[in-house]
Amino acid sequence: MVGTKELIKNLSVKHGIERKSLLPILQDIVEKENFLSNDSMIEVARILDISAAEVYGTASFFSFLDTEARGKYKIRVCKSITCDMKGKNETIKCIENILKIKVGETSKGGRFSLLETNCLGWCHKGPVMLVNDEVYTELTPEKIRETLSEYIREEK
Amino acid sequence: MTTHINKLGYIFSKDCECDDILKNTLAKTKDEVVSELIKSGLRGRGGAGFPIGLKWKFTASQPEEVKYIICNADEGEPGTFKDREILTQVPKKVLRGMALCAYVTGAKKGFIYLRGEYKYLVPHLQKNIDEFHEDMKKFNIDLNVEIFLGSGAYVCGEETALIESMEGKRGEPRNKPPYPNQFGYLGKPTVVNNVETLASTMIVFRLGADVYNNLGTKDQQGSKLFSISGDSPKEGVHEIELGMSVADFVNEFGDGDTKAVQVGGVSGFCVPRKNFNKEIIGEGNTTGGSTMIFNSSRSMYNVLHNFLDFFAEESCGQCTPCRVGCQQLLKGIEAVKAGEKSPKYLDQLIKLSKTMQITSKCGLGQSVTNSFTSIVNNFREEMIY
Repeated sequence: MVGTKELIKNLSVKHGIERKSLLPILQDIVEKENFLSNDSMIEVARILDISAAEVYGTASFFSFLDTEARGKYKIRVCKSITCDMKGKNETIKCIENILKIKVGETSKGGRFSLLETNCLGWCHKGPVMLVNDEVYTELTPEKIRETLSEYIREEK
Repeated sequence: MTTHINKLGYIFSKDCECDDILKNTLAKTKDEVVSELIKSGLRGRGGAGFPIGLKWKFTASQPEEVKYIICNADEGEPGTFKDREILTQVPKKVLRGMALCAYVTGAKKGFIYLRGEYKYLVPHLQKNIDEFHEDMKKFNIDLNVEIFLGSGAYVCGEETALIESMEGKRGEPRNKPPYPNQFGYLGKPTVVNNVETLASTMIVFRLGADVYNNLGTKDQQGSKLFSISGDSPKEGVHEIELGMSVADFVNEFGDGDTKAVQVGGVSGFCVPRKNFNKEIIGEGNTTGGSTMIFNSSRSMYNVLHNFLDFFAEESCGQCTPCRVGCQQLLKGIEAVKAGEKSPKYLDQLIKLSKTMQITSKCGLGQSVTNSFTSIVNNFREEMIY
């Protein structure tokens, strides 16, 4: 929590303490801590001098501002229609098999979270996934295995 | 990563010439720029299709000192990816469009509202913005541009929801009026323009308003980027003159077995094979440019279910018709498919979607009926069996 307090203090210097600073601050916390804990939202509310309900209300509106614990690597698989047509379900199954987690779950040790998301803007190259900010297109089982094994290796 | 582009286009022509276009355009008076834009017929390319000349004129006429320009790069309509491609390949055109807007409206602060899904573009865009600030000194344009990142909410593509989220609030659309031209970001007059719209201003002034106006049909002028996906051997971004019939479109981009084309994304219309000759792309349908092609192997029930699932999730929940309506439409088609409700229930659901069109607060809830009605009416048997 000391780390979180320090982080939020630094972010309030970087982005300001006005209401319009809220989204950039929350985005940066998610980047550093993988999600928004209750403690971090309460601290942001205190620093911005608004109610914690306002912070939670805003955070919970946006799908990328996770208010539930997530892993270091968030895998978001596009579920919009063209990706669905090109094998979104097989993509999900393949990732589930490799990481031994289901959609919505986080792997033991907090490395990976598997999520579905709406259109990622790569409809002509589906199926598509985001791993944090990185885009991976035209996924095949081989490509998924290769990509994920790089992330797994990086962690060790 | 880039998409294969049909090289016929204007938008993806070399980016370097737009400083000359800007220079020549800045020699005109503000009123001349506005009237040329109005004459060109250029309309918003994000989906709503509001004439850009009028938008700039209204904002320019506001007496306030502080004004803002926001480039809307919150491209979330399923099946759309042209703005990402513009920002990747020709960001200079977009920034010069913003400079021109600054000249006309007097705004000194601009934002690019970039959807979180495109965060990987930030370093590339920031480099272009830095160069832009340097380049604009020689034109005496004092516009500071900053990137604002979205966080994954479709409805924030709606301009007032976008502004709310920039102000640190839930991205819930505002009541209109007042429009952002009068009361926008932080209560100040604000122009919100789509990426392609801003880039297209450079095309208008390169070709001249008359030439631009001659492109397209009487309803929609100019050329337009289409994001083409689905059952097509030519998926990607293509610049096409507006006014093409769906039949021609399918001949060019279909796989020979096209059953339906969804024009305008999930909030647009589904055109079945029997209407390919009747429907013109860009007339009476939306201008966002998402076109998804489905061949005869696709279940239109699955397509509609996917769309409704999307709407139910992305509805901001603020107004009841949209929040409850989206959920009920989804449950409703599931019940009919499962045989729990009689096929006649589909007619009741269509009525519900029409009610949503009249009573929802913003374009999201208002447009659900477009795809719902056009799919249910044209593929009714697929909804039932």
